[in-house]
Amino acid sequence: MEAIASLTIAVLVACGVYLVLRARTFPVVLGLSLLSYAVNLFLFFTGRLVTGAPPLAGGSAPTADPIPQALVLTAIVIGFGMTAFVMILALRARGELGNDHVDGRGGKS
Amino acid sequence: MNHWIMAPLLVPLLAGVLNLLLVSRGPGLQRTISLVATIVMTAVAIHLMGMAAEDEIVIYQLGNWAAPFGIVLVLDRLSALLLLLTAIVGLFSLIYAANGDDRRGRDFHVLFQLQLLGINGAFLTGDLFNLFVFFEILLIASYGLALHGFGTKRTRASLHYVVLNLIGSSLFLIAVGTLYAVTGTLNMADLALKVAASAPEQTTLLRVSALLLLVVFGLKAALLPLHLWLPALYGNAIAPVAALFAIMTKVGVYAILRTYTLIFPADGAAPDVAGDWLLPLALLTLAVGAVGVLGSQRLRELIAYMVVVSVGTLLAGIGQFNVGGITAALYYLPHTTLVTAGLFLLADLIARQRGSVGDHFSLGAPLTQPTMLGVLFFLSAVAAAGMPPLSGFIGKLLLLKSVVPEQAAWLWGIVLTGSLAGLIALSRAGSRIFWKTEGERATAGRASPATIIPTALLLAMSVMMTLFAAPITRYAEATAIQLLSPQQYIGAVLSLEKLP
Repeated sequence: MEAIASLTIAVLVACGVYLVLRARTFPVVLGLSLLSYAVNLFLFFTGRLVTGAPPLAGGSAPTADPIPQALVLTAIVIGFGMTAFVMILALRARGELGNDHVDGRGGKS
Repeated sequence: MNHWIMAPLLVPLLAGVLNLLLVSRGPGLQRTISLVATIVMTAVAIHLMGMAAEDEIVIYQLGNWAAPFGIVLVLDRLSALLLLLTAIVGLFSLIYAANGDDRRGRDFHVLFQLQLLGINGAFLTGDLFNLFVFFEILLIASYGLALHGFGTKRTRASLHYVVLNLIGSSLFLIAVGTLYAVTGTLNMADLALKVAASAPEQTTLLRVSALLLLVVFGLKAALLPLHLWLPALYGNAIAPVAALFAIMTKVGVYAILRTYTLIFPADGAAPDVAGDWLLPLALLTLAVGAVGVLGSQRLRELIAYMVVVSVGTLLAGIGQFNVGGITAALYYLPHTTLVTAGLFLLADLIARQRGSVGDHFSLGAPLTQPTMLGVLFFLSAVAAAGMPPLSGFIGKLLLLKSVVPEQAAWLWGIVLTGSLAGLIALSRAGSRIFWKTEGERATAGRASPATIIPTALLLAMSVMMTLFAAPITRYAEATAIQLLSPQQYIGAVLSLEKLP
């Protein structure tokens, strides 16, 4: 379970970093989304991987930590807003700079 | 519980929301609301500073949940100082903007107030995840403000800034997640205890999160090699926004200072991460910034590189993690923020009177008001370059005095060379703009008093800081002592029971 979880995050981060380094606005936005998915999963997993456990302490049974879930909810909302903003900014940069390179330079895509 | 601590958050939030409702009504009413809110904020900040100066750490438990389970706001000497600085810079930038710059886009006042909310929140919060949330608030408002006024260069600089900061936010969350996974808490005071008591096998993970946090805060503070976004962004934003942004790098500096004195102190059981990296990186930042200052082709670009230099100088003081270094940094911090903000406004006044040449260092027409702007420029250049008798000199003197002998050669050499570079660049800029002119006077009108007064007052703060250097240094020293003995902070946060 832990291996699968960490592999998922690793693949997401690798793809995200690759796409961000493409330096074209659309891949960059996709890469940023993948990175934020990876981060959200990571935050979620910091509460440890348990199934069927109650979210409150009180007995000797293992409990599911509710705080990472609250954190990840906040992170998702913020990430969502930021992605929407960077999308609009990328569109505007495409219009104003004449191409989709992040530096506004021309060249082969 | 003392409810005044909430005011620096509630006032800009309410003003921002009110302004949002009034966007369609035009700027008149929004200006009034914004100005009233910022003046109230300044008054509250002065009151809070009086409270903090009594060496008491004031805690506000949100929702009456005791720490470490609830989120707390913490007012100590450091946060009170920065709140007051934010309010002053915000007020003068806003007065300047109310002369027409705020009409270049619809939502200026909304974004401006939310920016202040984010900055104030970052200074007040005592919870690491809450710090992340306030960072995001101030960032998204700054994205909007940086784009204010439109233009290709602004769009390009903002795109870099936004993408970099989104990656920075991801790293911040990874650092916070790692810390939470190891310690099971996010309250900064509780983190300090848990990190100090951590088991040896957890050290690697703690080091990872400490270094990640340094990267994130270094990006906010424009620490080398993460400073490349700053000159383009600050050099192209409209003047009042650039002036407000002068405080933004200081949020990163604040976060570094708070984290590495409280959670990861250099002498604690915690790994010493910042101690190894901060001073060398700060000196490199200073050197690279000085090269940028010398190579600038525009006045605003030059000032933006002066911001990089000032970040290097501040972190060189903080990076020593002793009372002398932090005292010097805390005296230098308000000085550099106020003077930089004043210089950005002044550069805009100069550019408007030079017609099409703007603030480029090329041959241009003489200014309409050469004497007044020349005197202001001369004063601000003396302050910014760190020449006697103004406050920049005192700040740098404190820094040079504070250094331990082993590092003295490097620090003295780089700080003094950096000052020399600033001096050369500023005198060259001044002679190009004010003396080496050709042609008729530009047709641009005289600057209105409402734009000159905030500029002059910001620059006059440097004179005030020189006159009141003794009390300010005493305050800075007491702040440094308070920061370097975090037991007081931890005790204040964790001992407070919830109210009945």
